[in-house]
Amino acid sequence: MDKQSATSGQYTKRGFLKYVLGGSLVAWIGSVLYPVFAFLIPPKQGDVEVSNVMVGRLSEIERDSGAIVRFGNKPVILVRLDNGELRAFDGTCTHLDCTVQYRKDMGVIWCACHNGKYDLTGRNIAGPPPRPLDEYKVVTKEDEIFVSKST
Amino acid sequence: MKPTWRKLYSWVDDRVHLEDLVEFLGKKYVPVHSHSIWYYFGGFSLFLYIIQVVTGILLLLYYKGSEDLAFESIQFIVAKVEFGWLIRSIHSWSANLFILAAMIHMFSVFFTKAYRKPREITWLTGMLMFFIALGFGFSGYLLPWNELAFFATKVGTDIVGALPFIGEPVMIVLRGGEDVTGATLSRMFGFHVAIFPGIFAVLLGVHLVLVQRQGMSEPVGDEDAEKDESKRMPFFPNFILRDLLLWLLVLNLLTILAVVFPWDLGQKADLFASAPAGIKPEWYFLYMFQTLKYIPAQVLFIDGEVLGILVFTVAGILWTLAPFLDRKSERGEKNTLINYIGLFAVVYIVVFTILGWLF
Repeated sequence: MDKQSATSGQYTKRGFLKYVLGGSLVAWIGSVLYPVFAFLIPPKQGDVEVSNVMVGRLSEIERDSGAIVRFGNKPVILVRLDNGELRAFDGTCTHLDCTVQYRKDMGVIWCACHNGKYDLTGRNIAGPPPRPLDEYKVVTKEDEIFVSKST
Repeated sequence: MKPTWRKLYSWVDDRVHLEDLVEFLGKKYVPVHSHSIWYYFGGFSLFLYIIQVVTGILLLLYYKGSEDLAFESIQFIVAKVEFGWLIRSIHSWSANLFILAAMIHMFSVFFTKAYRKPREITWLTGMLMFFIALGFGFSGYLLPWNELAFFATKVGTDIVGALPFIGEPVMIVLRGGEDVTGATLSRMFGFHVAIFPGIFAVLLGVHLVLVQRQGMSEPVGDEDAEKDESKRMPFFPNFILRDLLLWLLVLNLLTILAVVFPWDLGQKADLFASAPAGIKPEWYFLYMFQTLKYIPAQVLFIDGEVLGILVFTVAGILWTLAPFLDRKSERGEKNTLINYIGLFAVVYIVVFTILGWLF
């Protein structure tokens, strides 16, 4: 064997080893990091599936007022208008996730975080909210108020 | 030295050869010039960080990081534990002063171009520590689990979620789920007392070793402390005594603030309550928060929020890379552009913070 082929033979052997060792190093790092990153992502927890919830009694909610009620694990805002009509909307502001409230003095649904305003049909009328609030269906049976998704 | 101390010293010296260190400390000096005052702000920040570590460890002995117990455990600390009110109040005040001191330190380094070669790594570790300090502030804010913190965390993490591609998964990792819940509190607690302190300790170690190794930077074109003895003071004891005096004054100031203006605990967070009026983030996030308010919901076809965050992110990255972008200062030439950029940043932050306070 002449000198050159010996060197190139050595080179390929070395190159081969470099790839094998380098590759296994990368694989090893990957196999260490993967479980760590996977651990960081919380497992999906099923939303509490609710379709129809009793949220209160008609006799307990005054005209021209609003309240936050629980719909599964989501807040829903229930508004009773001047004429006694009940409306319900998603209570989470479409801007940055704060919980809205009814403002008697302005006659609107208002978000304190960034001064977003919605009218009493849930339409975004002022401030930064990009979308209207989703409406929920409200049904009263005798004195009991039920809220359900309006699909 | 008393014979006992001398014996102890020579016992240690025998084994680890202290003479190098003593000689190094004896030769170390601090330049004296019209901008020397800014040298104190690094030590000022360091002292406040030490206060944070000590008071933080004390609070950890009673704090309970869960949705049902967090608020109550802090109530217990401030109402029942001896001096609990003081320790908690100092921790909150010191956190805010720490960010302020670190900001002043950062701006003074920026304006004097102390980041220029050979101190690029010192600047980079400093900037990373500053970002972690903001993370300390954000994560610590939620720990009392009160109303204001709950909604501030909702808004803060929701803004991250608005970023393209990585936003959603990062938000879920930060929140420990889709929404801000007790799981978020556990995560923020983990960041605040384990992850951030761990990373911070390493960065701080590198930062301090570099400062010792390279000595203090001098203003561009005014680098004569090495030659002229009248333009420097010995680090030990002259500078260190001044530093210690300042630390003593800061500790007094902190105690006065904590006693006269105890930090409020507010109302316990209720996941099913409306956001209270007057909700604001901590003052050091206020200028960014206020900017987001002024950007329209939609700019061309980008979301206003996303545009705001992208601009701040890019500005932050450029700022961090200052030593590599500012070539003039490295060559010892004056760079007025850098001064204008720095001035703009200071004015912007001050004006928007005041606006955020008022409106």
